[in-house]
Order: sequence, then structure tokens, then C-alpha cells
Amino acid sequence: MTVDIDKTDGPADTPPAGPEAIKAIPVRHYGRYVSAVIALALLGGVIYAFSQGRINWGAIPDYFFNDRILSGVGNTILLTVLCMLIGVVGGILLAVMRLSKNPVTSSIAWFYIWFFRGTPVLVQLIVWFNLGLVFEYINLGPVYKDEWSQFMTPFLTALLGLGLNEAAYMAEICRAGLLSVDEGQTEASHALGMSHAKTLRRIVVPQAMRVIVPPTGNEVINMLKTTSLVSVVQYSELLRVAQDIGQTSGAPAEMLFLAAAWYLVLTSVFSVGQYYLERYYARGSSRTLPDTPFQKIKANMLSLSNRPGSTPGGAA
Amino acid sequence: MTAMVKAEGVHKSFGLVEVLKGIDLEVQSGEVFCLIGPSGSGKSTFLRCINHLEKINAGRLYVDGELVGYRQKGDKLYELKDSEVAVKRRDIGMVFQRFNLFPHMTALENVMEAPVQVKGISRAQARERAGQLLERVGLADKASSYPSQLSGGQQQRVAIARALAMEPKLMLFDEPTSALDPELVGDVLDVMRDLAESGMTMIVVTHEMGFAREVGDSLVFMDGGVVVESGHPRDVLTDPQHERTKSFLSKVL
Repeated sequence: MTVDIDKTDGPADTPPAGPEAIKAIPVRHYGRYVSAVIALALLGGVIYAFSQGRINWGAIPDYFFNDRILSGVGNTILLTVLCMLIGVVGGILLAVMRLSKNPVTSSIAWFYIWFFRGTPVLVQLIVWFNLGLVFEYINLGPVYKDEWSQFMTPFLTALLGLGLNEAAYMAEICRAGLLSVDEGQTEASHALGMSHAKTLRRIVVPQAMRVIVPPTGNEVINMLKTTSLVSVVQYSELLRVAQDIGQTSGAPAEMLFLAAAWYLVLTSVFSVGQYYLERYYARGSSRTLPDTPFQKIKANMLSLSNRPGSTPGGAA
Repeated sequence: MTAMVKAEGVHKSFGLVEVLKGIDLEVQSGEVFCLIGPSGSGKSTFLRCINHLEKINAGRLYVDGELVGYRQKGDKLYELKDSEVAVKRRDIGMVFQRFNLFPHMTALENVMEAPVQVKGISRAQARERAGQLLERVGLADKASSYPSQLSGGQQQRVAIARALAMEPKLMLFDEPTSALDPELVGDVLDVMRDLAESGMTMIVVTHEMGFAREVGDSLVFMDGGVVVESGHPRDVLTDPQHERTKSFLSKVL
């Protein structure tokens, strides 16, 4: 406080004394102007071509908040979240199995990852749907008994097909994360008398998260888009609904653009969530966390409102 | 005085490389025991055997009269379960060359972690105790700093406080000042000197001959996996008997 008062004694806008600042004419980058003009021209051409095409753009806003579209969006989100949940839990389990000293569990995990990464997810989906050829009935004793085709609804097919496939990818991401934590951390934790499980939960996993979160965010966005494959097993997610509406309303291409717009909205929302999650797990690894965009805006507004005032140190 | 640590013919190999070739020594309760020697002489490995971070291949190692890592019934040895090893490690504090603080926790949380998670002490109680320990190592004002915001010397002092939080009866120091700027070494050594005066049993692997001379009660010079010379630090450092000790000391003093 007292420092501020001392400062106001002198004229507020006098620059600090020192060597004269350099005033030079900057280098002109003509190449940049040329390439910018070319890029803008190409972009303009593409936009013009789309606007002239035989596409009824007006149909998109008409159907954007259509009830069926919204339920499709809801199903897509539900499927994404549940499949990622299966993927993450299964992935952690598989990663721990692969890193375990037990040769049987680590081989099983290796085989699982080999199989699910090695076959296309579309094939897996269709196989799940048709597994009734192998298992005619599903019989969980007194709890549940039914024919496979009754049990394996499109939703369950989608969930198992995408979730189990995702687990294989998440396993590799989790394994990389666990391996990225310095061995000294485990040693220090063991030296303090902490058990294997506590060391993993309290020390290793929180640090591994820094490495795990960014690619997992990638996986979430991938999953969101991959759910569109599920339209082949008759589950009414966004793409399926958009196609159905397109056939009945006579605007099939428009509905595809609409679906694309919704996918963009959803992936953008997930990206924001990822940003904050990464920021949370960066605590301790960087000396000061960068401001979030929201904090930056707030700081800018504060500095703007402070500018007319006569406190020179206020904006800092 | 009773022996806190007793080693009888301790051998340790990594694959085909024999790192410890029969170590015999005794560390008395309450004494500051310094281990010196060139790198690769096995002194750090021996230290890590004491809290069973490394398994010994032959010989016997006792801490406070109990076998490390095994239980003896008749003439048969049974390996201890991980949980049993963990219980024994509670009584042995260890300070590492590279600090190994938990980077995702503040200094205070680092010190609180083991008492809360291992001993089941309430968080409030652990926080109070951790605050006292940080004050003892001169870092009361850094309680809410993350390790990345602390200097090397400060990190090592937090690491000492973290080890002390478990109220160990034995402290192991693995070259605690080797990764520090020369300027910061003094602060850490002061804390260790203070700890020695409080009567803690300490085994210190170090290159700080000054510290060994001033604070140490016994000193062992190791080379090539064996104890070459041992005695009171002042005697060994000023009047070494073996050629190997003489040539090593002439290089480091």
C-alpha cells in the first residue's frame, strides 16, 4: 500500500529512465500477404459453391431442435459417456493386469488388447449382434434367462461393442501414464510404509493422470463420432435419426449437415471440459497455472475499468 | 548400547554383477553412522537393503534385532508378505538423493500423507504435527508450496520432515546433499546435525567429509562391495591405514 502512495508522487505516465527504445522499420513479409489472399480466395470459392448447391439450408434450423433429433443427441451422449466409462474402468484394469508380475494375468491382458485393437470396431459390433449363433440362450440362473436375440438389444450391442473396444485403447493410454511416473515416487511411498494399493491410488495414479487425460480427451471425441457406426445395429442415435428424418422429409443431405453441426457442437463442449480437467491435474507440475480464458476476460475487464483511475499499479 | 542394525556377510547381486560381497557391520542405537566410498562401491545399495527396497542374496541383516524381509522358524526362512514388510518400514525413515517428494501435493500434504494413510491419524492431528515438523526444518512459511516451487535444499528439508512424520527409530540418508547447489548444502546439514543431537540413529551415505568428521560417531569406507576400513571418523579421515582409503581421501579432501 505504502509503495503505491510513493509512486503517485511522480507523474504517472513517465516511462522508466534508461537507454532509448529501438525504433526500427520492421521487415515486410510480402509472401504472407500473398498466401493470405490465396487462402481467403479459396475459402470464399468453397463457401460460394456450397451456397449455390441444390441444398435447402433453411431445413437445418427448422429441424435443429426437433424432438427426434434431440433424443438422438441424447442417445449419442448417453452412449459416449457409458462406453467411455466401460473403456476407462476396463482400461485401468487391463493396464494394471499388463503391468502385474503375474504372467497369466499379464498375458490375458496382452491377448485382449491384441484382439480388440486388431479387429475393426464395425466388425465387432456386427459380431456382438449376431452372437446368438453361439449362445442361443443367456441363462444367469434364477436371475435372468432369455433368448440371446431378446437380450442383445441394439443398445446393449452398442454399449458392449464400443466399450470393450475402447478398453483396449484406454489400457495402452493408462499403461503409458503409469509408466511415466518416476520410480523414485514408488520407492519413497514404500519407504514410508505405504502398501502397493495405497501407493498406486494416492501417489502414482494422480501423477499418471497428467499423461492420461489429454489422450483420453481425444478418445472421448473419437468415441462421440464413432457412435455413429452404431446406426448399423439399429440403435437410434444422432446419425440414424437424422437419416430417418431425411428419408421421410425429403431433405436427406440437409439432415446430414445438421448431424455434422450437432457433432461439432458436442465435440466443442467436450473440448472445453478437457481443458479444465487438464488444468486440474497440472497442479504441482508447473509453478503457476496459466489463467483460464474466463479468468483472462475477467482480468482484462478489471484492467479496463481500472484504467481511468489514477492507480498505476492497479492493472498489474 | 544395543545394535540398531547388524549385518552379517550381506551379499547382493544384480544379475551377474555382485555389488555387495559380504558386508559385516554394526550400527549402535543413537549413533550417527557414516558410509563413504567411491560411486559404485555399493554403499547406496547397502542402505536400500536395510529397508528392503533391495532383497539381499546371502547373509543376514537385522534391524532392531529382527531379520529384514524374512522370518526365521527353526532353520527355515520364510519371506515376509508385502504388508508385513510395509509395517517394518514404518519405523525406518529414508531420505533420497533426488528428494522424491510427491509433486502433486503441497509441502504440508507431503508430510501429512503417510501418518494419515498408514497410521490412520486424523487429518487435523496430522496437519498440526506436520506444521511442527516443517517449523523444525525451518520451512513453516512454505507449507502450502508445491515441491516445484521450492529450491533443492528446501525440498530436501521437506523430505526429511516427511520421513520424521512417521516417528522412525532409524533414519537412512542416501547422499542427501549430492544433488544440491553447494550454497544450499549447509541448510540441509544443519537440519541433520540437529537431528543427530536429538539422539536419532542415523546411517548417512555421504561425500561431506566435514559433516562426517564433526557429527559422525562411526565411519565406514567401502570399495568394490566390501568394507575396507572402519573406525571413528576422525581417525579414519586423518590417519587412514589402507592404501585404497588414502588414495580416495586424497582425492576428495
